[in-house]
Amino acid sequence: MDTIILQVLNGIDKGAAYALIALGLTLVFGTLGVVNFAHGALFMLGAFTAVTLRELLTLSKKVKDESVTFFDAYKEIPYLEIYLGDFGTAIVDYAVPLSILIAIPFMLLVGLVMERGLIRHFYKRPHADQILVTFGLALVLQEIVKKFYGANPIPQAAPDIVAGSANIGAWIGMADSMVYPWWRLIYLAFALAVIFAVFAFLRFTTFGMVVRAGMQDRETVSLLGIDIERRFTIVFGIAAVVAGLAGLMYTPISPPNYHMGMDFLVLSFVVVVVGGMGSLPGAVLAGFLLGILQSFASLNEVKSILPGIDQIIIFLVAVVVLLVRPRGLMGRKGIMED
Amino acid sequence: MKNESALKDWTLIILFAAVVLTMPIWLKPLGANYPDLMQKFAIFGLFAIGFNILFGLTGYLSFGHAAFLGIGSYTAVWSFKLLTMNVLPAVIFAVVMAGIFAFLIGFVSLRRSGIYFSILTLAFAEMSFNMAYSVLTPITNGETGLQLSLKDPRILDNFQGEGIPITNLFGVKMSGMPGFYFCAAILIIGFFLSVRITRSPFGMMLRAIKSNQTRMAYTGFNTRPYLVWAFVISGMYAGMAGALMAVTDPLAGAERMQWTASGEVVLMTILGGAGTLIGPLIGAGIIKYFENIFSAFNEQTLNEVFGALPDTLQNIVVKIAGLFVGEGWHLLLGLMFLIVIIFLPGGIMEGFRRLGKLFRLSGRSA
Repeated sequence: MDTIILQVLNGIDKGAAYALIALGLTLVFGTLGVVNFAHGALFMLGAFTAVTLRELLTLSKKVKDESVTFFDAYKEIPYLEIYLGDFGTAIVDYAVPLSILIAIPFMLLVGLVMERGLIRHFYKRPHADQILVTFGLALVLQEIVKKFYGANPIPQAAPDIVAGSANIGAWIGMADSMVYPWWRLIYLAFALAVIFAVFAFLRFTTFGMVVRAGMQDRETVSLLGIDIERRFTIVFGIAAVVAGLAGLMYTPISPPNYHMGMDFLVLSFVVVVVGGMGSLPGAVLAGFLLGILQSFASLNEVKSILPGIDQIIIFLVAVVVLLVRPRGLMGRKGIMED
Repeated sequence: MKNESALKDWTLIILFAAVVLTMPIWLKPLGANYPDLMQKFAIFGLFAIGFNILFGLTGYLSFGHAAFLGIGSYTAVWSFKLLTMNVLPAVIFAVVMAGIFAFLIGFVSLRRSGIYFSILTLAFAEMSFNMAYSVLTPITNGETGLQLSLKDPRILDNFQGEGIPITNLFGVKMSGMPGFYFCAAILIIGFFLSVRITRSPFGMMLRAIKSNQTRMAYTGFNTRPYLVWAFVISGMYAGMAGALMAVTDPLAGAERMQWTASGEVVLMTILGGAGTLIGPLIGAGIIKYFENIFSAFNEQTLNEVFGALPDTLQNIVVKIAGLFVGEGWHLLLGLMFLIVIIFLPGGIMEGFRRLGKLFRLSGRSA
């Protein structure tokens, strides 16, 4: 029982990352009709805003280390600590959550520039062209990040207060051995919050209503005198923000490197398609489903019955779903079938 | 009229053969005339031609063609291990095996179209890749990759010399230049077949499927068998390319089946011009050239290239150019994708077409 709950948790948390990326991907697809291969790069850019903020906060000054008396030793102390004392230390400690504040405007800007500058010229072009151009863009973004930060992963620490593990077992009256990293719980809560925010935004605001109407029938909406393209541009910006935040919060779980986006991208595409192209609930559902199935398949008990199943489960599920339900779990008819 | 176009095709094929066979000469000024790279040109050219038969003609975008490349490689290496170092059986087995797998995967995947088809092929290829890494280790030798060894039976070879023998074609060793000529010969045959397929009624049918599948169905054609055949043929091309990889270097690794390899051939085809006969080859050549030549550039070579410039200017130019070569060659590749696809929607071939039109127009007005 313990192991099952733990596996579900493990899976949910990876599924949360899939769901967040797939949500943005399918949002862009549903509104603009563009297959965005640069979406993984946005995830990566988000992660690197956290890295950048930490580097900025820890800009340091060399000072003499008084504790060493045998020779002249120097240590680096961040300016923030010098000027603000303990408060400065706390700020550095909270670098990852703080970078959300920077990432939102930054990713929004990146998204808007990308859409206005490049993507919008590709609305009417074949999907193959969209794939190639966004893939090219992803390569360029990756290489730029690699130039600045190198090829190696850069570990990011979560704030000290949530560095350890939560004793989930004790909460629900199970064995004490059931522990789970705090940060992963936070990631899960964060992902759910973002997902709910996006859904609420689309459902309960006038803007969201117009966007949904545009997804259904773009032409009629523009005939009604609404500048739907402009709204869709903003939707692209929102998708970029969602991807960026997903990447940023993922940094303490797995150290970011320049190609992390590509690694996630392919699986996210599978997630989107399994969920059904253009269906937001489908993307979220498929993200969590595949994440959980993957972590179950990596249980030793399962592996001993079906060797190698953990390696292929996601793709196997994708094949089965697509054969049984031609348009994914919640897809609509006629989208991207030609 | 028909004879005229047939004549044109023959001229194209003969010209093509001449260009391919003289590669060692005209690639020399580009610094790419070493056998290893020319073999790659031929092999990936073949891969891209085959991919184009499916994607260029029918519009079905497969994201898992690398699986057949890997299957071809594994089959060829097994043929070297068990039967003989002669490349002919290896190549034949590889093509047949890739064809069988392509039939199975194609039969299932072609039940869907559009992106659903792409994801199905991707899923099958990734499953093959992951299984080759893990469960199928007895067949694929996992992460190490399948290699020849001294203990291999090789029942048809009575050669009992020292060391591991080299692949050969009835005694001619298939490394270096002879290896290139072998690949080139197969590339020319592959090109010839692709021209014939494109011009045949079968090819016409495939293009009709691309333009409007519903209309085809209404006129009473069952499109599936045509699609499955196109898929199998292009899978066999990929298997052949995989076998040639094993011929020139008898080693097969699972990474050949990964999605990055599948993506590469998609990019090659679109970059060169999907649906054109020569385009995919040009795309393959350019990407492989970038990968092998520009990635090897360093500051010293750049200084030599720009040596004629004044010193300060030279330093600046070398600094800037240095961003795009060596480790950063991906940046150059990415920028090239962006530029080609933004300005030449039909790939590089469209650029040629536009140039041709321009010259013809100016020629007429003059």
